[in-house]
Amino acid sequence: MAQVITDQQGIKHYMITINVNGDDYTRVVKANTVLVNVLRDELDLTGTKKGCELGNCGSCTILLEGKPVDSCMILAIEADGRSITTIEGIADSAELDKVQESFINNGAIQCGYCTPGMILSAKALLTRNPHPNEHEVREAIAGNLCRCTGYVNIVKAVLKVAEEPNDKGVISNE
Amino acid sequence: MSENYSVIGKSVPKIDGREKATGAAKYTGDLKFPNMLFGKILGSPHAHAKILSIDTSEAEKLPGVKAVITHKDVPTLKYGISPARWDENIFCSDKVRFVGDKVAAVACIDEETCYKALKLIKVEYEVLPAVLDPLHAMDEGAPQVHDEYPRNINTEIHQNFGDVEKAFAEAYYVRTDYFVGQRTYQSPIEPHSAVSIWKDNKLTIYSSTQSPHYFQHYIAREFGLKMGDVRIIKTYVGGGFGGKLEPTGLEFAGAVLSRLTGRPVKTFYDRHEMFAHNRGRHREYMEMTTGVDKEGKILGVYANFVMDGGAYTSLGIASAYYAGALLTLTYEFENYKWDLHRVYTNLPACGAQRGHGAPQPKYAYESHLDNIAKELGIDPLEIRLRNARRPNTVTANEFIINSCELTACLEKAGEISGWREKKGNLPKGRGIGIATGSFVSGAGYPIYRTDLPQAAAMIKVHEDGSAATLYTGATDIGQGSDTILCQMAAEGMGYRYENMKIIAADTETTPHDFGAYASRQTLMSGTAVKRAGEEIKKQILDMASTMMNLPPDDLECREGIIFSISRPNATPITFEEAARRFFVLRGPLIGRGVYVVPRLGGTYKGAAVGTSPAYSYCAQITEVQIDEETGEIDVREIWDVHDCGKVINPMLLHGQVHGALYMGMGESIWEQVLFDDKGKILNPHLGEYRLPTALDMPIIHSELVESFEPAGPWGAKEVGEGATNPTMGCFSNAIFDAMGVRVNSLPLTYEKVWRAMKEKREGITKD
Repeated sequence: MAQVITDQQGIKHYMITINVNGDDYTRVVKANTVLVNVLRDELDLTGTKKGCELGNCGSCTILLEGKPVDSCMILAIEADGRSITTIEGIADSAELDKVQESFINNGAIQCGYCTPGMILSAKALLTRNPHPNEHEVREAIAGNLCRCTGYVNIVKAVLKVAEEPNDKGVISNE
Repeated sequence: MSENYSVIGKSVPKIDGREKATGAAKYTGDLKFPNMLFGKILGSPHAHAKILSIDTSEAEKLPGVKAVITHKDVPTLKYGISPARWDENIFCSDKVRFVGDKVAAVACIDEETCYKALKLIKVEYEVLPAVLDPLHAMDEGAPQVHDEYPRNINTEIHQNFGDVEKAFAEAYYVRTDYFVGQRTYQSPIEPHSAVSIWKDNKLTIYSSTQSPHYFQHYIAREFGLKMGDVRIIKTYVGGGFGGKLEPTGLEFAGAVLSRLTGRPVKTFYDRHEMFAHNRGRHREYMEMTTGVDKEGKILGVYANFVMDGGAYTSLGIASAYYAGALLTLTYEFENYKWDLHRVYTNLPACGAQRGHGAPQPKYAYESHLDNIAKELGIDPLEIRLRNARRPNTVTANEFIINSCELTACLEKAGEISGWREKKGNLPKGRGIGIATGSFVSGAGYPIYRTDLPQAAAMIKVHEDGSAATLYTGATDIGQGSDTILCQMAAEGMGYRYENMKIIAADTETTPHDFGAYASRQTLMSGTAVKRAGEEIKKQILDMASTMMNLPPDDLECREGIIFSISRPNATPITFEEAARRFFVLRGPLIGRGVYVVPRLGGTYKGAAVGTSPAYSYCAQITEVQIDEETGEIDVREIWDVHDCGKVINPMLLHGQVHGALYMGMGESIWEQVLFDDKGKILNPHLGEYRLPTALDMPIIHSELVESFEPAGPWGAKEVGEGATNPTMGCFSNAIFDAMGVRVNSLPLTYEKVWRAMKEKREGITKD
């Protein structure tokens, strides 16, 4: 349970520690602080977007313990002690994740506002099901609204990644 | 003309793809400045009410509140995007005209304090009767939305070409149909926001805008500032679709709050406020009458429109002219008359949404034409082929059409969809529909009267030639203009896309351009960029000529290699070598380009609206399956065949078609902004304003026909908006084919389809 600090007006604040993209961050939040605001305002991780703040658009999708969730629907205190991946942490190094690469190469990005959330939803799908069919891809991103692409090239980009054999080492004669 | 291009015509990845894929791209709402405050606008709770008093004292006392402003603190000059009807104020002073109308604003240390402060502002209202039904807005005795506009008539248009009465008298068959559209909202996923910094007599605004130029113009005008003292910087924009073309109030309020506090102020709309600000598609009431001969050839058309404009003009005058004027583009007929009233109501103001005023009239006309085809026993594809516009023709309202491959689009759409095999042979509940579309490649005239050219561009080559930066006022809102303009610059220069950089849409560093609307940038900004590129090439070849001892006419530059045309054995040199030499001897290597539209259009009143240097064309076919029990529409497949001239980037082009189709499909079946009987929006969020999800989308085929547009750069013309044009008509016709019922109002919901089928079964005839 998070440590409680009461301010002079008698309002309770909670000290939480969240692991974001591999690093621990300790912050003091209010009971009603939503996770997306901690990520954006406190940690400057503005790749997580806000589109509706009602859990409708999916722009603020992050991975909480590997599962895609709308970070506007999660209280910061609920995330205490848990690990989070944002778009900034999806690739291990300076190289892009293959989902990111595929989005760029297949024209899956237009305005780009839904892109971080969309990539994280796709990433979560591919992690639990490396070779999804088209319907499974559509289902996995159905909670992420995109107003630009008609999802055509997004679905294509995810399926392209899904078509790749898991072990790249196997293909040596490319 | 050589068809061998090195850079254009290729699906290069977007120049900003990596930034966006990694979350590094900063949108206005992501910006932070030291000491920045947050600002919010208080909206009216009533659709129509007199403001009796405003008391801000309680709000001012709240800790963390740095400023509270009302109409007393801001200029009273009315503004708007259409200069013929400036009818908005930064804040309402005498009365409010819709739920959400701007009353006051606060600047606070954080967002939470803003919401608390807004609740503490006490406004006393005297509620007035409201005009919510546009069809009764013009009634005698109806409440007046604006005193200056009797009977709530905001715009009235009457145009008459040829002799429609005579055409109808001579026609074999004359038919009238009546259709109703709906209010829809652009719903970009990124909410509007602005960061205003008024410091040392200079106002800088970072904004989520489709046109830095119009913002700069109107903001300078409102505050009596010189254009040069107002700097508008576009950040990454998360979609606009017409909704971010005009100042929203956030910039005006933010500017004043910044001036008062001496601090940067970030103002923003939440999703509900976006719906209230609106500027989405007008609800249009459309009566269509057409006379045809025995073969279905259109002899004359009469159209009569009423448009629900909402409380303010916004871009509505242009929307109104587009509604009628663009109906002449796809089919050839000489006699055309149309009347229109755009009325004020106490609802959010409507403006320009993708396809502008044209998609709803197109829905009406395409449905109407299918009704005629059915009556005459002519196949819907066939009646369109018989009437399809041909290239190098002039419309009844004097629009000059150069390239037009509509016939080829129709033929190809018919072929790839299997129209001729399917039509009449589909299983029960399955139907196939067709419609056509066309759109301007940029408006022939700017929104306000000015002799500024439509577009300008500048390219600066780096000292060592290893990079070139394109400076353009063109505005990338996601459609990819930064990418295709860099392709065009590189092609013009004889350079490589990979070495291009771009600085765009910042009024202080980039040359003038009107921005992203009316599908103008590929043709207009593109022509300016092409010319700038060619100016670089001319200079670089001139330099190379002295370095290679060859006449400049004999030299060519492609992908950064300069070579002799006549002597294949002459040693080539690189663009980099010549550029470096140029800098050493002559200074910065700069190319400039300007695009001015030739004078277009007739001399009648309103002749300017709808003119364009070029028009895109397309045909769409869709196949649907209707559930007879529930009316549910299962969209199986859509085929779009486009004539958009020379294609600069096929991947981005098809992306535009996909997106336009998606939007059109949403408007066809699900999307509608709904109001209660007090003018409050019932579904101001993305849960119940139903944008299609990935699961709702059918298989989409986007195909092209060969085309070359003489007025466009390398033969290019528009694509972004045209594909929204036929979609609603296409769905209407597919449902008609499947079930034999015509749904006469948008959206074509499951319930309406179910009711229409029920009425048909029960033999109820509707007038």
